[in-house]
Amino acid sequence: MMATPAAETAAAPIPTPRAAPVQAPRVTASASPAVAAPTRIAIEHVNAFYGQKQALFDVNLSIPDNAVTAFIGASGCGKSTLLRCLNRMNDTITGARVEGQIRLDGVDINSPAVDPVQVRTRIGMVFQKPSPFPMSIYDNVAYGARTHKLAATKADLDAIVEKSLRGAALWDEVKDRLNKSGLGLSGGQQQRLVIARTLAVSPAVILMDEPCSALDPIATAHIESLIDELRKHTCIVIVTHSMAQAARVSQRTAFFHMGKLVESGPTDQIFTAPKLEQTQDYITGRFG
Amino acid sequence: MNTSPANTTTIGTRKFHPGDSAFRLSLLASGAVVVIVLLSILTIMFIGGKLAFDTFGLGFIWGTEWNPVTKIYGALPAITGTLITAALALLIAWPIGFGIAFFLTEICPQKLRTPLGVAIELLAAVPSIVYGMWGFFVLAPFMSEYVQPWLTATFIWIPPIGDSFFWFTAPPIGVGLLTASLILAIMILPFIAATTRDVLQQTPQLLKDGAYAMGATRWEALTGAVIPSVRGSLFGAVFLGLGRALGETMAVVFVIGNAIRMPDSLMAPSATIASVVANNFPEAEPGTLDLAVLLALGFLLFVVSFGVLAIARLLLRQERMS
Amino acid sequence: MKQLSPAGRARYFRRQLIDRLMGGLCVLAAGIGLVLLGLILWMLFSKGMGGLSLDVFTKTMSQPGSGGGLANAIIGSILQVGIGAMLGAPVGMMVGVYLSEVGKESRFASVVRFVNDILLSAPSVLIGMFVYQIAVLPFGGFSGFAGSIALAIIAMPIVARTTEDILRLVPQAYRDGAVALGSRENEVVRKVVLPAAFGGILTGILLAIARIAGETAPLLFTSLGSDTMSLDMTQPMASIPMAIVRYSNTNYADWIALAWTGAMLITVGVLVLNILSRLSFAAVSKQGG
Repeated sequence: MMATPAAETAAAPIPTPRAAPVQAPRVTASASPAVAAPTRIAIEHVNAFYGQKQALFDVNLSIPDNAVTAFIGASGCGKSTLLRCLNRMNDTITGARVEGQIRLDGVDINSPAVDPVQVRTRIGMVFQKPSPFPMSIYDNVAYGARTHKLAATKADLDAIVEKSLRGAALWDEVKDRLNKSGLGLSGGQQQRLVIARTLAVSPAVILMDEPCSALDPIATAHIESLIDELRKHTCIVIVTHSMAQAARVSQRTAFFHMGKLVESGPTDQIFTAPKLEQTQDYITGRFG
Repeated sequence: MNTSPANTTTIGTRKFHPGDSAFRLSLLASGAVVVIVLLSILTIMFIGGKLAFDTFGLGFIWGTEWNPVTKIYGALPAITGTLITAALALLIAWPIGFGIAFFLTEICPQKLRTPLGVAIELLAAVPSIVYGMWGFFVLAPFMSEYVQPWLTATFIWIPPIGDSFFWFTAPPIGVGLLTASLILAIMILPFIAATTRDVLQQTPQLLKDGAYAMGATRWEALTGAVIPSVRGSLFGAVFLGLGRALGETMAVVFVIGNAIRMPDSLMAPSATIASVVANNFPEAEPGTLDLAVLLALGFLLFVVSFGVLAIARLLLRQERMS
Repeated sequence: MKQLSPAGRARYFRRQLIDRLMGGLCVLAAGIGLVLLGLILWMLFSKGMGGLSLDVFTKTMSQPGSGGGLANAIIGSILQVGIGAMLGAPVGMMVGVYLSEVGKESRFASVVRFVNDILLSAPSVLIGMFVYQIAVLPFGGFSGFAGSIALAIIAMPIVARTTEDILRLVPQAYRDGAVALGSRENEVVRKVVLPAAFGGILTGILLAIARIAGETAPLLFTSLGSDTMSLDMTQPMASIPMAIVRYSNTNYADWIALAWTGAMLITVGVLVLNILSRLSFAAVSKQGG
């Protein structure tokens, strides 16, 4: 296990030194701490296939705990595919196949001895389009807790629901209408409801697949500050097509292109002094 | 959050979950039930009718004589009656149904479209026995009192066909192929209208807009742009209607007259497979040839329906996919 | 508009004429069709109302001229339709769930779908003959139970088809969300997908009930009809369609009147069920948002 996750490079040409400095995006106050957090998820030599088509090529990456790692890259570069591998969501797609090791706290989640259902209780996921179930707000949040029997009594369940809604910064807005339909909330609130639903099973890791792309800027800002809060106790991986968002919200960034991990490292380093020209080109918008 | 087991790793080992397999198995079983039912129907009908096929061989299908006294049975009269009534019914009902569908999709004022569409669908739900009763109490007397004498008088004048053309001349009893076909036509009319309307509605608006943009009239847009694109589905709807007409019992059984002989006039009493089966079933003793021929007829009807419905489905789904 | 040549103008008018003519024919067609059907319904209701009285619901079928009613037929119909629905709908639902959630595009699922579509439109007289051979002959007699089985076989494909159609409309996002929370396949279906589709499934069931309520031919071969009031499903059982058949082909005015009333009752029932199913579908679609 590595002490300090070093910036990783793919088989690359000699990096050209930068002539003009890249315009540094605003880096949040919660930049990477001096002491690195332990690795939560270790991705080693992962190849992913949809039928005959290969989507990921030999990806190696470490995801640290208590931090936000952002996957960036152009459409179709494989970032969402990798994300879905992390909680074995690709199992639901016929013809999808994963090779390599993905270890959560040292345990390979793809091993036949491991129950994918259990993986998904440890690693939660929030999707792009906010989709609460067509049930009440309470039932939405309680769904996971009920499924996994996390509450012995109604009072316990109430406590879990409240804690999760507070954790998603939604409690105050909905505490008086818990039995109203979740679909009656605004887009941003619905997404926070989905986050609360995910928090209710106390996952170690939360994966987010472009969670703000369907939301307006104000709702996005709310979600981003929520993410900043959550990462203090949880490992978060976020796929985003907005580099500004990645720069605002994450401590580590991994840049993907055509199924390969091109470069990864601390966010401020990736955005101010990327090691590879390819990364540089993407950051400055020359392609993708 | 930190106090939860989140920080330690234990991912549970894979346990056998009977819930999942029981779930999948029971669902698969229900699918199997469907297939088994169909296969059973085919098999049992064949077995039940086997005596008939044994006695008459395949000649049963083209046998023209149906005589319960001498126990000589042939299916051709019933088959002919079925085919003629179904074909005539479609011939009459389809243009009108298509006209209604076109009316509903293009001409009808917007506000009326939904209510009228709903009315058509509700009419399609009216039980067939109602049409049968109406046919028996209203249409048949009407036919015998007015229509049939008129037809006889008209056609007998046409010299070459005159007397030798019996198809439109016969004692005006009122029941017969013509009446049955009319009732059948009325009965499947709402169904044809509704399905054709559904097919026409599936046409992408872009297609119609393109035609209108080139200056087409409504009719030209219909015949030039819409129909070619949904031609398969339209045929599918026709076949679906045919499938219904072939198997219809209650609308026909009251007005067809139950005379099991090769028809020589549209106005003479006749029979369809469904009417033969329905009318003669009460008297047929189990285990006898009388019952076996009925079951054999049923088997033939099922085979034909199966074919027609399979074609209909192929045509309809094909276009739904593309 | 640019001036047309005389030939062009002629063509234009001809095209307009054809369009108007065809349009007119279609309006005529619609008119004829609707008027005719309206006439039939009007006759049904006027004759049906003529025979309608409380006796219809309270008195059992009896000899002509003795003032009978249709009570046993009504009860028999309700029983057979009810039990038929209770047998056919759950199986149909399971088939629908199978096709939408488990089988999807697999070979076996395609076969099941095909067979289901055939059964959906199969002539009901054949279903009656089939059930005669498996449930009447072996057991030595006609029975209300056999009638229910025949109705169940007719109802099942309808429910299967409507269930599959409505389940396909449930957004995939709901399933993904449930899976991501660690639900097993059967939990996803039971706890998220089916509740979301509930209204639509109910609609399908109502439509199936409406269909089997009006069926006559299958009952001819299975429950035969009866003149006595009885709840015994193992014996021949009365039903409104069978009463209509029995009473129609006679010369007794009061029997014929009862036949019309019976036909009207069935039609009203069928129409009400249809309308109810539409309303339930609309109500649920609104709620689903």
